[in-house]
Amino acid sequence: MRITELFDNGEFVVTAEVGPPKGIDASHVVEEAKEYLSGITAVNVTDNQSSVMRMGSLPACVMLKNAGLTPILQLTCRDRNRIALQSELLGAAALGIENILCLTGDHTKMGDHPGAKPVFDLDSVSLLHTVCQLEKGVDLAGNALVGEAPKFAKGAVVSPCSDSVDAQLAKMERKVMAGAEYFQTQAVFDSEKFISFMEKAKQFGKPVQLGVIIPKSAGMAKFMNNNVAGVHVPQWMIDELAADKEKAKAGITGVELAAKVIKECRPYCQGLHIMALGWEAKVPELLKLAGI
Amino acid sequence: MLITELKNKETILSLLEGKVFVIVCHGCREIHFPEHEADALLAELVAGGNVTGSITTDYICNVDNLKLRLQRHAAAIDSADTLLVLSCGVGVQTVAGLYPAKRVIAGCDTYALPGFQGVTPLEYDCRQCGECYLNLTGGICPITACSKSLVNGQCGGAKNGMCEVDPNMECGWERIQRRLAQIGRLDVLKCPVQVRNYATDDDVK
Repeated sequence: MRITELFDNGEFVVTAEVGPPKGIDASHVVEEAKEYLSGITAVNVTDNQSSVMRMGSLPACVMLKNAGLTPILQLTCRDRNRIALQSELLGAAALGIENILCLTGDHTKMGDHPGAKPVFDLDSVSLLHTVCQLEKGVDLAGNALVGEAPKFAKGAVVSPCSDSVDAQLAKMERKVMAGAEYFQTQAVFDSEKFISFMEKAKQFGKPVQLGVIIPKSAGMAKFMNNNVAGVHVPQWMIDELAADKEKAKAGITGVELAAKVIKECRPYCQGLHIMALGWEAKVPELLKLAGI
Repeated sequence: MLITELKNKETILSLLEGKVFVIVCHGCREIHFPEHEADALLAELVAGGNVTGSITTDYICNVDNLKLRLQRHAAAIDSADTLLVLSCGVGVQTVAGLYPAKRVIAGCDTYALPGFQGVTPLEYDCRQCGECYLNLTGGICPITACSKSLVNGQCGGAKNGMCEVDPNMECGWERIQRRLAQIGRLDVLKCPVQVRNYATDDDVK
């Protein structure tokens, strides 16, 4: 099932993301997804997230699909040139993957192989364009594909709380022009910022899923403020997380804060994208508290 | 060595708006510049009647030198809407840096050859990629100003306007966005999807 069909039906689409293991045994990823994420629409599978080498997104997507979930293949331009990316897309379609999320990808210097060659032959925009070409039955060089063309729900990302909002909106417009059909956002903690972003982004007419992270502690919030681009946790949230350390550690504070953001932003977006970061078990409780 | 080649005439003409001042740089000793082709283009533009003035000089990458040489052309430059620069990528970036409110157009592509690369100031880096993007980016090179050399806009990795890969480096696309806003050319961000061509030699194109 392509998730664009649900957006078209006006459904509020909830996705969450999981990361493949740094190893060959993905059973716990599949088990956790089955236990905690089977109630939601689809599950994103990251592609060597943060430039840290892991099992590939495609094999993990296939394992989730075999377990009855709907996977979204995340595809970055950091590790593969245009030949490998197109090849991966054909392989994904052949294996029954119908949803993709196209990203530029973090720089190799941010991860655990800082000496690796950053590829970036394509970027998120030209990758979306490439997917559209494949869907028309030709590759990026204009050569005809043999047989049936692939068809994907094509997603992209945007960072609504970036301090470069104008540059982000310009990039979002280019992604729409290149074929993006839905957007997932970087994590949002500041509802007002998100709402004012959506006032400007709604002109593009594409569904946007609010990005959600459950904050685990004041330390984590401060770390994100200092180190993660496009993420800003307001001081009052940090204070609340610091006020009762036990409550924060148990995840109660984080779930309450995330649910508050979801409730405030819900009228302005078309879905949620939850980055649970190991707290997959708290997703059902978060959705319940947020009234989803 | 580096070689500069004029972009095709239709491309250059499509980029010129209003009155034009032309800056031609015959370059340093390490550069091969298409002098005859540039002269022919200049003559044609002058005959067309839209040229407020022109200068043919060398070493425009040296900003003090450039300022000095442009002094007596101040009135002609003021009255121009567009500055057309026929030089390597460094020269175009120097002119764009000197005239932040003017539309600066790169008329050439710059290709690398083995050997000494000329006396070029590092802050105006040109990687001699052979498909100059400066006309789409307000005269700021996305190949060198962006850690990922992205040609379709900003990624999500800018924090407080700085690049997360190198916190001492301002996000190149933040600079490009600001400059395009300054010269009233945000419309170029709606240009077609850019796909880089790594085969910029004559054999494979």
